[in-house]
Amino acid sequence: MPELNVQAETQERDRHSHHHGHDHHEKAVKRSWKDSNFYGVMQRFAKNKVSVVGLIIIILLVLTAIFAEQIAPYNYRRIDPAHANQLPSAAHWFGTDAQGRDIFSRIVFGARYSLSIGVIASLVGTLLGILFGALAGFFGGWVETVILRICDIIQSIPNILLCICVSQVFGSGFFATAMALSVYSIPGTTRLLRATMMSVREQEFVEAAKAIDCSPMRIMFKHILPNCMAPLIVSFSMAIGMKIMSSAGLSFLGLGIQEPIPEWGAMISAGRRYLRVAPHLVIFPGLFVALVVLSFNLVGDGLRDALDPKLRK
Amino acid sequence: MENANQKSGRLLSVQNLSVQYEANNEVVKAVNGVSFDLNYGEALGLVGETGAGKTTIAKAILRILPDPPAKLTGGKILLDGENLLDVPADKMPEIRGQRISMVFQDPMTALNPVKRVGWQIAEGIRLHEHCSKAEANERAKEILKLVGISEDRFREYPHQFSGGMKQRVVIAIALACNPDLLIADEPTSALDVTIQAQVLEMMGELQKAKNSALILITHDFGVVAKSCDKVGVVYAGEIIEFGTIRQVFEEPKHPYTKGLFEAIPSMSLDVDRLSPIRGLPPDPTNLPSGCKFAPRCKYRTERCRQAVDEHDFGDGHRCRCCMYSEEHGEGGK
Amino acid sequence: MAKLIELKHLKKYFPTSKGALHAVDDVTFDIEEGTTMGVVGESGCGKSTLGRTIIHLHESTDGQIFYRGKDITQVSKSEMSELRHKMQIIFQDPNSSLNPRMTVEDTIREPMKLSKRFSRAEIDDRVNELMHRVGIDRRMRQAYPHELDGGRRQRVGIARALAMDPEFIVCDEPVSALDVSIQAQILNLLQDLQRDHHLTYMFVTHDMSVVRHLSDNICVMYLGQVVEICEAKEIFRRPLHPYTQVLLSAIPSTDLNDQRERIITKGELSSPINPKPGCRFAARCAYACEKCMQPQQLAEVEPGHHVACCRIHELNQ
Repeated sequence: MPELNVQAETQERDRHSHHHGHDHHEKAVKRSWKDSNFYGVMQRFAKNKVSVVGLIIIILLVLTAIFAEQIAPYNYRRIDPAHANQLPSAAHWFGTDAQGRDIFSRIVFGARYSLSIGVIASLVGTLLGILFGALAGFFGGWVETVILRICDIIQSIPNILLCICVSQVFGSGFFATAMALSVYSIPGTTRLLRATMMSVREQEFVEAAKAIDCSPMRIMFKHILPNCMAPLIVSFSMAIGMKIMSSAGLSFLGLGIQEPIPEWGAMISAGRRYLRVAPHLVIFPGLFVALVVLSFNLVGDGLRDALDPKLRK
Repeated sequence: MENANQKSGRLLSVQNLSVQYEANNEVVKAVNGVSFDLNYGEALGLVGETGAGKTTIAKAILRILPDPPAKLTGGKILLDGENLLDVPADKMPEIRGQRISMVFQDPMTALNPVKRVGWQIAEGIRLHEHCSKAEANERAKEILKLVGISEDRFREYPHQFSGGMKQRVVIAIALACNPDLLIADEPTSALDVTIQAQVLEMMGELQKAKNSALILITHDFGVVAKSCDKVGVVYAGEIIEFGTIRQVFEEPKHPYTKGLFEAIPSMSLDVDRLSPIRGLPPDPTNLPSGCKFAPRCKYRTERCRQAVDEHDFGDGHRCRCCMYSEEHGEGGK
Repeated sequence: MAKLIELKHLKKYFPTSKGALHAVDDVTFDIEEGTTMGVVGESGCGKSTLGRTIIHLHESTDGQIFYRGKDITQVSKSEMSELRHKMQIIFQDPNSSLNPRMTVEDTIREPMKLSKRFSRAEIDDRVNELMHRVGIDRRMRQAYPHELDGGRRQRVGIARALAMDPEFIVCDEPVSALDVSIQAQILNLLQDLQRDHHLTYMFVTHDMSVVRHLSDNICVMYLGQVVEICEAKEIFRRPLHPYTQVLLSAIPSTDLNDQRERIITKGELSSPINPKPGCRFAARCAYACEKCMQPQQLAEVEPGHHVACCRIHELNQ
């Protein structure tokens, strides 16, 4: 091949960089799974101690939800009017509620509902948001206009009102509540994705993809979307906490998951009548809602930093 | 301006300045023992590649390095004999506006978009000279005329100005208080050549008229040749060669300076192939011992790995290279 | 030598809220096979848009582009695909021209994967060969763009452009973002590749010394129009259009004994939106007169030297 010159230059350079192994650009050389993007993100995440604490709390709560039967000392449905509204004691760690049910057991079982409603509602909301955002960003023109105007309409309705409307339509079961909660986060995600896509689209690598005859679909899914994921992941993790809060709000209004299911929001809602005589009915589930919201927000913060390319080495 | 003309002699003397950035258990040695002198009325060009430490030197002189992560680890910065590093932090703003000012690279972001251009120029004057608003406005209009913008644009907003005009405004703001030293960090890199020519011409004229000193930071040797008297070539945080324009451009001594001149396509000579400098600038977190350029140098010897000498060729032309020291005498000549 | 690219009255207008932006306005020239056409001008003169319009990253508004004598402004999808392989582009900013989520190897492989012209084994061989040819060490193949320096990133961009064996490459300011010492490495690489693969370049840049070094012919653009076009050395020896003269004189030279007179113009570029007919440089031109308000034609003033200026004969007596 008549490319001696290039070759010579390359070899020269290589010899040179071998010689001085400290050249920092050569660090990216041998690559195992440890050099993968995912590992890097995890490593940076691990550096953020506060976020790791958040993650540990979430893992503990998930384990609690899974092994609720083993952990809970009592049946969460067992009514015992003789021991109603008892304060925390050795027998009932968090006390008992108005029907004499063990609050600790109810919170342990409630983790199942509260956590899953948070995750499912955010997941559905984020996925639909990605779908609409991608459609808007991909087609542009009137499709984009229509989607954005629908978003405007949805966002002009107060969140809680929207949830009430949707749960009126779907009813008040677990799934219906998840649906109601997911709807109002769709416009936010849609706009977030569209905005990110707009800036990613302007980058030259998208034009480069077009120049090598990439189909529009492939440009979208291979080149644009993966570069838009960071803010979405963060908004997703932040949303989980918010969904649990809103779900508590709905239960409080008597629209979400209802008695006797021990959803934390529903527990707060039921306990409010005894606020003066037995505040622990509200305090303990409230504490757990706060804990989950806090943990997810911490994890969200940590993820945002870990995914920020500027913090990459 | 008459009294400005009387000023002469040494204005700035930077001695053995060292700066490092410390972050995530890593130490980036950005500036390593930089020394140079600058007289009133002189223009000094600092040239070097991205990350060589030119901007850090400038910011260290102004003491606007963010601390942390930046740490001044040694040296002196003497302005008219007064060490700026000993000046208490609350006195620095006075020095910054009135004695030294700085022009940054990007004129698009250097101006406040919601304030009138005239107001922005007058602001500095009001703050530093403690004069009345009307007086400050009068002075601002004068300066605007000096940088070649007509007075009637005084009440316009930055978005009504083109790139070159904005950079003129930025320079006007920097000159508002008649500083003795103007530091310009790549002032024309964001501008087109014909506009660059206009701005450089104007800056040079003003600097000579006011007899102030100028430090021009750039990566463009051509710009230095056109507008500076002295030049310092910066590599890996060191000034590896320093001298007058004529000394450095006509008889470059350091292998790096020579290499750069060979790597730039010429406007008058025909060469078939350029001779690039091989390799890459060193990692500032892990600088080689001895001569920082040795790993890329054609003339390196074992000695270069241990130490580097500064050789003085007389008339202020100096160069950090072992090639010219006694025991190495015949090495590269 | 055969003409590879012929442009005939090529126009590219962008609709804006204030009117049509004349990015490329009536450009006519040829590029011969195996040569380099340098396109120079200041930012906003339409030089990048011209390059992108030729290789169909933008749809042209009017006019024709002939590739080996065939009009490619109206082509079917399959023909377009074929053309994309023949015509490639190297971008200015090596930071944004590579997908940050793709490794070096994936980036170079992508065009070949899309074309279905090669088997998987062939693709692997070609990736290695391409990396070798542009001077990226094999150990780097799994690296992500942010782990590479600017020069190496630009080499990856060049390898990607070469992957489908193109004949014509638009180099859109490929070295403007690089430091001088790296710039020379990339320029040498581009020269070697041109010689070895008989490539035809259109080299878009604002750097006159780079364009002088690489080009066979140079075309000077001002606000979407070609004002002067001729053989490269000639334009530096004898610039004829007043704008070319201004442009050349504005370049700060490293030659201290350079006695060229500096011509400093007044004013800056006017708006390319709905421009008035007539010479677009007239507003800044020292020689502008009544006649300059008429549309200008590119005319052959000397053999092979075309200039669009109605006063050219008076001025260059």
